[in-house]
Amino acid sequence: MNEQSEKIDQIIEKFKNEKGTIIGLMQDIHGEYRYLPEEVLLRVSAELDIPMAKLYTLATFYKSFRLEPVGKHHVRVCIGTACHVNGATKIVETLERELGVKSGQTTEDNQFTLETVNCLGACALGPLVLVDGEYHGKIDQGKLKKLLNKYR
Amino acid sequence: MGRFRTNLLLCASTGCVSNKSLELKEAIEIELKKHSLQNEIKIILTGCNGFCANGPIMVVQPEGIFYQFLTVDDVPHLVEEHFLKGRPVEKLMYIPPKKETPVPKMSDIEFFKKQQLIALSNRGSIDPENIDEYIGKDGYRAMVKALTAMTPEEVIEEIKSSGLRGRGGAGFPTGRKWEICKNAREDEKFIICNADEGDPGAFMDRSIVESDPHCILEGMVIGAYAIGASAGFVYIRDEYPLALKRLIHAIKQAKKYGLLGKDILSTGFTFDISVNRGAGAFVCGEETSLIHSLEGNTPEPRTKPPFPAFSGYRQKPTNINNVETWANVPRIIQHGAKWYSEIGTETSKGTKVFSIVGKLKNTGLVEVPMGITMREIVFDIGGGILKDKKFKAVQIGGPSGGCIPDHLLDTPIDYESLTKAGAIMGSGGLIVMDEETCMVEVARYFLSFVQDESCGKCPPCREGTKHMLNILTEITEGRGKEEYIDLLQNMGMLIKETAICGLGNTSPNPVLTTIRYFRDEYEAHIKEKRCPARTCKTLIHYSILEDKCTGCHLCFKNCPTQAITGEVKKAHFITQQKCIKCGMCFDVCRFDAVRYE
Amino acid sequence: MKLKPEDLDKINEKMRSVTNLREGAGRAKITVHMGTCGIASGARKILNEFLTQVEKANTDDVILITSGCAGLCSREPMSTVEIKGEPPVKYVDLDEEKVRQIFEEHVMGGNITSKYALEIGSERLS
Repeated sequence: MNEQSEKIDQIIEKFKNEKGTIIGLMQDIHGEYRYLPEEVLLRVSAELDIPMAKLYTLATFYKSFRLEPVGKHHVRVCIGTACHVNGATKIVETLERELGVKSGQTTEDNQFTLETVNCLGACALGPLVLVDGEYHGKIDQGKLKKLLNKYR
Repeated sequence: MGRFRTNLLLCASTGCVSNKSLELKEAIEIELKKHSLQNEIKIILTGCNGFCANGPIMVVQPEGIFYQFLTVDDVPHLVEEHFLKGRPVEKLMYIPPKKETPVPKMSDIEFFKKQQLIALSNRGSIDPENIDEYIGKDGYRAMVKALTAMTPEEVIEEIKSSGLRGRGGAGFPTGRKWEICKNAREDEKFIICNADEGDPGAFMDRSIVESDPHCILEGMVIGAYAIGASAGFVYIRDEYPLALKRLIHAIKQAKKYGLLGKDILSTGFTFDISVNRGAGAFVCGEETSLIHSLEGNTPEPRTKPPFPAFSGYRQKPTNINNVETWANVPRIIQHGAKWYSEIGTETSKGTKVFSIVGKLKNTGLVEVPMGITMREIVFDIGGGILKDKKFKAVQIGGPSGGCIPDHLLDTPIDYESLTKAGAIMGSGGLIVMDEETCMVEVARYFLSFVQDESCGKCPPCREGTKHMLNILTEITEGRGKEEYIDLLQNMGMLIKETAICGLGNTSPNPVLTTIRYFRDEYEAHIKEKRCPARTCKTLIHYSILEDKCTGCHLCFKNCPTQAITGEVKKAHFITQQKCIKCGMCFDVCRFDAVRYE
Repeated sequence: MKLKPEDLDKINEKMRSVTNLREGAGRAKITVHMGTCGIASGARKILNEFLTQVEKANTDDVILITSGCAGLCSREPMSTVEIKGEPPVKYVDLDEEKVRQIFEEHVMGGNITSKYALEIGSERLS
C-alpha cells in the first residue's frame, strides 16, 4: 500500500508539473489500482483543489473508469456489431451463467469480474473475449468453458 | 547493416498477436539458428495486412509468398523446406473457397487483388517501430516538399483540388475545412487527430496507427503548416493499447530526428504533437465533445455554430480530422492532387478503407477505390457468405448508418449513393449479415448501443432512443402491436430533426432503414409472433429430431439446466419449460439432430 | 540528432536497398537452386557468395531467392539469373569464383557469362 501511495504522489506531482488533463490523471490512478478508490479521489480532490463532484462526474461518465475493485481476473466480452452478429450475446449469457454474476459484477470469491465492451477493434476475430488483456478470438460456448477452467 | 536475402514479414498487429504471432516469431528464430540462416533471413514485425481472419499471417519476400494460419508446430518444416531448400510449403498457403489449388502469391489472392493502397500503402511491409523504414518508403518527403517548396495556401489548394473528404463519417471536404480554420482570425490554433474510433465494427484507424504511425504524424505536420497551428493532439482510444504504444514511440523517434518540435528540419516551422487517451465514450466522435474531453471535462456536445474552426480547443480555432484522413495527406502532397483525383468517382475521390466483417468468408481490412460496388466487396474480396448461406444485408456506418439490402448490392460506394440508400459512409465498418441475422434484432442492438452511449444532454436522444428501444424490445419478444412500425418511424424522424449532435440525429437510421427494406420481418414478429431469421429467443424453441438422434448423450451432458432427458443410445427429448434457449445442445450435436424454429 | 532535408535523403537511400528487396521489385533476380542435391554439392556456399556480392556492390535492385531442385542434379550447384525483360539464364557447376564473375558480368554488367551458362531462355521462373 505504501508503494502505491508513493506512486499516487508521483502521479499528482506529474499532473502539477505538466498540466495534463484530469482525465489523464485519473487514468494513471486507474492504471495503478484497476479502479478508482474513493480515498485516493478524496486525496486528489484535496491536493489539487478539484471538487469531488467533478471527479465523480468524470468517473461515472467515462466507460473505462470503475469505482469498484476488479476481481483477480478481468473478463471482458466484446459486444461490437461484428461480434454481435456472430453470437456475442450467447457468450455473455454463458459467462453470466457460468460465473453466476451479471455483466459488470465481480464473483463472490473475487476471482472474476465480468464486463462487456462496445468494440475492441479486432472485429475479424469475433466473437472476442479479453481475459486480463489477452485476446481470445472466434470463441464459442465450448471453448469458453475450457478458457474459464484455465483461469479457475 | 548486413543484407538479408529473405525478409519474413510477420504480422504483429492486434489480430495476429491474439493468434500467437509473437510465439511464432520466437520459434522461427530458434529454427533459423539451427540451420545457420539467421544472417541470411530476417524477421520483421509489421502492422496489419488486413486479412485478420486467417492470422497469424506471414509474407515471405522477395518472392511474395503468403502464409496463413501458422502455428509453432509448422515452423521446423517451413524453415527447412522453404527457407533452406527454397520449396514454398503449399499446405500453409491460402486456398480460395471451393478450389483445391493454393494461391502462393499474396498479389494473386482475390482478397488483395482488387485493393488499391494509399492510406494503407505501407501496411505489412515496414516495421512500424522503425522510423528509418518509413523514411525508406519516401516517408516525410511530402513534409519536406510542403515545408520547403510550398506556401500554406498552396498546400490547402492541393488538398482542395484532390477532392479528399473527411473519412470519419460526414465527408466534409478536407481542404475547405482547413481553409476555414486558417482564415479564422486568431494567433493560436490547434489541430487534432481523432483516433477515438468508437464505431463498433470498424478498426481501420487502429490498424493504420499500428502499422504506419508516422504517416499520421507527417500528415498532421503538413496540416499544421497549412493552417498555422502550433500544437496538435492525437485523441486515441484507450481500448487500443498496441496502437497507443506505437504512436508514442513514433512521436519520440520523430522528435529525436527533429521532424517534430522546434524548427522542424531547420525550416523555422515549429509544431508539436501530444497524445491524449480517450476514456471510453462513443460521443467523443463528435467534434465538440472530443474537444470538451481534451479539456478535461465530460464530453457533452454543444450546438454549432460556432464551429470548432472558429472556437474549439480552449476557444481557439481548431481543426479535427480522423486518422484515415490524415494518412491520405502525405500521399496527396507527394504525388499531387491530380493523381489522387483520378481515383474514385465524380464526387468521392480516392480510396476508402473498410473493415469487412460479420458473416463473410474472408474478413479483415481492405482499401478500395471509391465507386467500387458493394457486390465486389462482399463476393469478390470477401469471398461470399460464410457456409454459403444466403446474403441478407450489409450494415454500413455503424449506429449512425443503415442497411444495404440485396437489390442494392450494385450500388457504387460513394458518399452520395450511400446517403440516398439511407445509410452513410461513416468510418467504414461494413458488417455483412446473412439469412440468420434478424434485422429487427439488429436495429434493437444499435439502439441499445446508442442508449448506452447517449451523453444525456438533449431529451430527443436521451429519452427518444430509450422509448424506441423499449418498443423494439417488445417486438423482438413477441409483444409488438401493429401500430408500432408507424410509431417507430415517426419518433425516428422527430429525433433526426431535434437532437443536438451527430450521434443523436443519426441514431434512428438503423431502425428507419431496416423498416424501409425489411418491413416484412417486423410484420412477422408482430403479426405472426415469428422470427424469420430464428434469432429472437422468445420466439424460437429447440427440439430434438427423433430419427436423427443417436442417443450419444452429449447434449444431455452439456445442457446447463438439465432440460434434456433421454437414455444412452435412445432418442433424447427437451423439456420446454426448463429450456433457456442457450443453444448449447445445437452447438454440441454432431448429428444435426437439434432443430430450432 | 536533428535532421536536415538532405539527411532524410540519405536515410531514404540506405533503407531503400533493404525495403526494395522486400517487395521483389528488383531489376535482376538470382535464383539459387537448393534441392537436397544442390545443398549437398555446395549451394549454400554459392548463395552466401551471391549475398556477399550483392552487399559489396551496395545495389538495391538485385533480389536473391532460393528455389527447389532444378532437375539437373549432375550439374549442381546451379543458379538462374534473370534480368528484367530478358530471358532467364541458367548457370551450372558453380563455385565461388564463377559466382563473382557472373555477378560482375551478367548481374551488374548485363552481359551473359556464356562460358558457364547451360542454356538461355529454357524456362521462365516466376
